[in-house]
Amino acid sequence: MPSVVTANRLTDGIVVYLATDGSWTEDIVHARLANTEEETKALEAEAADAVKARKVVAVYPTEVALHDGAVDPLSVRERIRASHRTTLTEDWYDVPL
Amino acid sequence: MYHYDEFDHAFVRERVAQFRDQVDRRLAGQLTEDEFRPLRLRNGLYLQLHAYMLRIAIPYGVLSPRQLRQLSMIGRKWDRGYGHFTTRTNLQYHWIKLVDVPDILSALADVEMHCIQTSGNSFRNVTADPFAGAAVDELEDPRPWCEVIRQWSTVHPEFSWLPRKFKFAITGAAEDRAAVPFHDIGLKIVKGPNSENGFRVFVGGGMGRTPYLGLEIRPFLEKRHLLSYIESILRVYNLYGRRDNLNKARIKILVNQLGIDKFREEVEADWAASPRKDTIDLPESELLRIQSYFAPPDLVPGPIVDEKVEQRRIIDPVFANWLKNNVRPHRVPGHCIVVIALKQPGRTPGDASSEEMELVADLAERYSRNELRVNYTQNLVLPHVARADLVTIYDELVRAGLAVGNNDLLGDMICCPGLDYCNLANARSIPIAKEIAKRFEDPKHQELIGPLRLNISGCINACGHHHAGNIGILGVDKKGTELYQISLGGSPKDDAAIGTIIGPGFRAEAVPQAIDTIIETYLANRTDGEDFLAMWRRVGSAPFKEALYGAV
Repeated sequence: MPSVVTANRLTDGIVVYLATDGSWTEDIVHARLANTEEETKALEAEAADAVKARKVVAVYPTEVALHDGAVDPLSVRERIRASHRTTLTEDWYDVPL
Repeated sequence: MYHYDEFDHAFVRERVAQFRDQVDRRLAGQLTEDEFRPLRLRNGLYLQLHAYMLRIAIPYGVLSPRQLRQLSMIGRKWDRGYGHFTTRTNLQYHWIKLVDVPDILSALADVEMHCIQTSGNSFRNVTADPFAGAAVDELEDPRPWCEVIRQWSTVHPEFSWLPRKFKFAITGAAEDRAAVPFHDIGLKIVKGPNSENGFRVFVGGGMGRTPYLGLEIRPFLEKRHLLSYIESILRVYNLYGRRDNLNKARIKILVNQLGIDKFREEVEADWAASPRKDTIDLPESELLRIQSYFAPPDLVPGPIVDEKVEQRRIIDPVFANWLKNNVRPHRVPGHCIVVIALKQPGRTPGDASSEEMELVADLAERYSRNELRVNYTQNLVLPHVARADLVTIYDELVRAGLAVGNNDLLGDMICCPGLDYCNLANARSIPIAKEIAKRFEDPKHQELIGPLRLNISGCINACGHHHAGNIGILGVDKKGTELYQISLGGSPKDDAAIGTIIGPGFRAEAVPQAIDTIIETYLANRTDGEDFLAMWRRVGSAPFKEALYGAV
């Protein structure tokens, strides 16, 4: 199962993902995929440097699925994080019951 | 309400300056996250699922219109235009930027507010009767005592590192509207042997992983000894409370492991031996000073029937429904208490937009003597309303979508933020509440069902008070799937009880139907005038189990 590395941005806490270009992106579709344990460890090492550089906090890897090449978080929790949504509006069930 | 004196202003401003410096040092790399975390938690700042969450203290649920307007401004300027009122009668913003927090704290200090001790193993916000100073059944206004406890417990040097968080509730009324038995210390103002008022003291109540109802430690405590006595309770807890196991660290565990008699013995021995009792107990002059902030408004008694209200009641059944459920009697004839339910079907229970906060602030200013309350069921309260103003207020609430008349009915659900926001949550609670609200949207059906407390928590920490719900729903994670346990028979009132889990849990999509089945079982089995809790106590779990799971 492929993984991505996620975190919260230090300055505003927004959910971010380590991207293919080495930056941190809010959009999971741009997250860099790790397909092996070694690749996941490499992503985590890069993320640890970003923690030291005070870019992000609360780093961890999370498994994802691929649907037609698009990254799809596996757990409900990660789908909610990836959606960056509010709940004030009516009928917002983008993560179905 | 209480107003800051020079000391309070200076103290809060100093804390803002300290935190500004701490944030600067964090951003400059002089503090690691591990070093910064306890500092931000002491100022109510969490890192949650989507962003930072800032929890603002609303002391014992009392707010002024000026403060609510400032909260509205903060939501609009620094969050996403709304906030969430909690079961501790605080307000949470869920999309806060770390870099903005010092300015937000400064804006809060401008209106005598802060976030101190809204997190961490400290004394949390005191819960009070939301109808304090207005209720017909009140023996004494509890708010001065809430303020006494707030001042005593703020950065108390001996109790700054308690084993775990600590919560008080106080009521001075006959009816418990503050869930007193579910608090670490619960205080009820009662008449003593010489007809003087004092405190009936309960200890060791709480929800969470191991729910307990508070036990009576003292049937009557003279008011003047409140602080020295609760210091003795806290000293025994601080000494013996478990610090090795987070799940066993609350005072409820200590009280129930020692037994209330042994615990009482320890407290009474400490109290008797306390050499500083006289210096800890509040001087009469200071109590009078604090009480003076809570003088009742000079309401002029009026007729108990208002013609405009009566006419509208006859022609408008929706208004009649609101009047019946959301308007409560006031001690001054011709006045009433209005509950503004933040529970319209389709919205997140307890959420209020910045626009709604402004509207409610305006209403409080114009019609409720500048007073507002937040109750633990996540609604807002206008405590001093003239009956003659009810129609005008109602029409304004209708325009704002805030006139739902479901107070204390099924639709008036308590609901924690759950997995949609909270890092501790195992399952979502907001969509469950919304789906249940949709299913029971018809006000006539809710009326038919009658008073019912339905509470939802997204994890075992029980911020959504599921243990105290007549129907309680607890979200758990079972091998990656959200699963919901249903308990029945809980009560937060004078007949307090902890709900009983009725059977195996339900998947999210099956919960609304399960609630429907429970309600239909109640309706089919109740006798005339019997509410849900009474029926549950009479017949027990058998018909519910059979309806939910089939014959066993």
